[in-house]
Amino acid sequence: MRIIGWLGLAALAFTVGGTAQAETVKVGVVLPFSGANADLGHQIDKAFDLYVKLHAKDIAPNTVEIIKRDEGPPTGAVAKTVATELITNDKVQILTGFVFSPSAIALAPVVTQAKVPMVIANAGTAWITNLSPYIARLSFSMWHHGYPMGAYAFKSIGCKTAALAYTDFPPGKDSTEAFKTGFEKAGGKVTESIPMGSPVQVPDFTPFFQKIKDAKPDCMYVFIPSGAHAAGVMKTYGELGMRKAGVKLIGPMDLIPDNKLQDMGDAAIGTVVMGNYAVDLNNAENKAFNAEWHKAYGKDSYPDFMSAAGWDTMHAIFDAIKKLNGKVDDGAKVIDAMKGWTANGPRGKVTIDAATRDIVQDENAMEVIRKPDGKLGVKVLGTTKAVKDECKELKVGRCGS
Amino acid sequence: MPHFAIIAVSILFDGLAYAMFLFITSVGLSVTMGLMGFVNLAHGAFAMAGGYVVVTLTRNLGVGFVPSLAIAAVVVGAVSIVFERGLYRRLYKSTDLEQVLLTIGLAFMAIATATYFYGPIPKSVPLPEWLQGDVNLGFRYFPSYRAFLIVLGAVLITVLWYGFERTNIGAKIRAAVDNRRMAESVGINVDRLFTLTFAVGSGLAALGGGLAIQLLGLSPSFAVLYLVLFLIVVAVGGLGSLKGTLLAALVLGVFDTAGKYLLADAGGFFVYAVTVAVLLIKPAGFYGRE
Repeated sequence: MRIIGWLGLAALAFTVGGTAQAETVKVGVVLPFSGANADLGHQIDKAFDLYVKLHAKDIAPNTVEIIKRDEGPPTGAVAKTVATELITNDKVQILTGFVFSPSAIALAPVVTQAKVPMVIANAGTAWITNLSPYIARLSFSMWHHGYPMGAYAFKSIGCKTAALAYTDFPPGKDSTEAFKTGFEKAGGKVTESIPMGSPVQVPDFTPFFQKIKDAKPDCMYVFIPSGAHAAGVMKTYGELGMRKAGVKLIGPMDLIPDNKLQDMGDAAIGTVVMGNYAVDLNNAENKAFNAEWHKAYGKDSYPDFMSAAGWDTMHAIFDAIKKLNGKVDDGAKVIDAMKGWTANGPRGKVTIDAATRDIVQDENAMEVIRKPDGKLGVKVLGTTKAVKDECKELKVGRCGS
Repeated sequence: MPHFAIIAVSILFDGLAYAMFLFITSVGLSVTMGLMGFVNLAHGAFAMAGGYVVVTLTRNLGVGFVPSLAIAAVVVGAVSIVFERGLYRRLYKSTDLEQVLLTIGLAFMAIATATYFYGPIPKSVPLPEWLQGDVNLGFRYFPSYRAFLIVLGAVLITVLWYGFERTNIGAKIRAAVDNRRMAESVGINVDRLFTLTFAVGSGLAALGGGLAIQLLGLSPSFAVLYLVLFLIVVAVGGLGSLKGTLLAALVLGVFDTAGKYLLADAGGFFVYAVTVAVLLIKPAGFYGRE
């Protein structure tokens, strides 16, 4: 239904643009629009829509036609089917979206064979970019947050021992591995490593957290897919009185997505996360981004790190279209156009590393606080500039191949 | 108290609280399936609806959490009668497949409706002060919300047991589950009986949905996400048996918690292992009729 709207917009831009050579670039968007994780898809989709609406003129006389498909559950099967259809039936020239790592992993051989660029707006398993020369990633690798958090937790938060708890699928293993590597290198000791079931259902976190509480580590590093799980983690953490018991909650920013933070209550205060984005991040692009977001979606709707990555993703796609003047049939050229791409976005300065096609960005240690206006927010404790994916730098496991 | 005893008590306590949630939410499904042989996959949707009624009452209208639970149960129970009279009754004589198609369709429509009005982002509820702290049992602190779940579960079990075993209506329900045709031929109006049990079952599901907000979180997909769990409880307990549902909820709740605490690596596997083991030995569940 929305597709028709875009067609209309494309047609309008076409008549305004006027020249005969104008190309219409078909962009396939694959995001979860149904099921437990539908809100994650909407967070990125809203950013895509907003960027296209505000920047359609940047690529004139060329236009984009956005075709949206449901990514389905975090298993990859549905995503593979719909993306293959997008390539073979709809003849899309660029694929983007992809919240879940299993989707990106399942699709890597397909895009390699079809020579269609796949611009990832979220999926964070570190080694995904190694799977195909047609993949570029604008979001993050799990190592972006996990690895620096290891050293930061030991030195600045005072975690001498830490328990790890994670949702049992590739990014969960990745994130905890990254934290563990950084943490042990700094001198910390991991007491426990607990897988907490599949990403499909939100489990009752109590038995896992009770076990950690009984082991009494200084900190607990939790990775969950940012969505319904995050609220569950915070509730159980608060309910078991773990902060009072001296177990600090730390993790990647997935723990405190901006659009769910207000619902988390006092239990969240004091949580320290490592991440690339927060609504409270203080830079001009982010202020403008938030203003446009509220204008388009209302004052109670907040963008989050996924939206910020979605915005930059569409920015990179538009810049590639502009650079190639709409001639994007050769997927290799599109990827080449993105290598070394750099811009200022809501997250600050972002660059696509020419060698790995993965993002280089600033990482912030952020603490959840109660702001003067009574709302929950974050305070930036420290920033590391231009962080690369350390998994590929250090050639850990599958990142080395 | 020795360390292992503390852990055992802790597992029992957490498991019991989880079991109470499972029991409250599943018991209606078990009784209606036993009574009419009707496969109601929209049961989770009634639970979800109850959750959203509680959210609306507490957050928008300022009603307390506990009164909201009661109102949600009554409202959803009453609304379910409309569904039962309007839609379900037409398919009592149909095949299982048609019943499954109708009810799963209803569940998906419920998800879409909830997404339209509440959005896909999970909701939370404000709890009263006395449910937020913890209870000191001398050797260990327990979250008071879980203690509340256990107490509420115990009260409901007593009420249901009394209603089922000691009242005239309870006797009629048991008779109808045992042998529907015989019950009808002695003049019991099984149709009306079913409407009543359906409403009570849906009301209890709504109560379970309200209680689950704090336990598992509430989003539109709640309607199908935990349905498998409810169906497992019903299957392991045996269709139409109150005792069976209670026993199944207790066994599954405690085993799930114990498995996750003691052997986190195997995590969610235990529920399914227990289910398979029970059904291999007793294919009709603990108290089902062979």
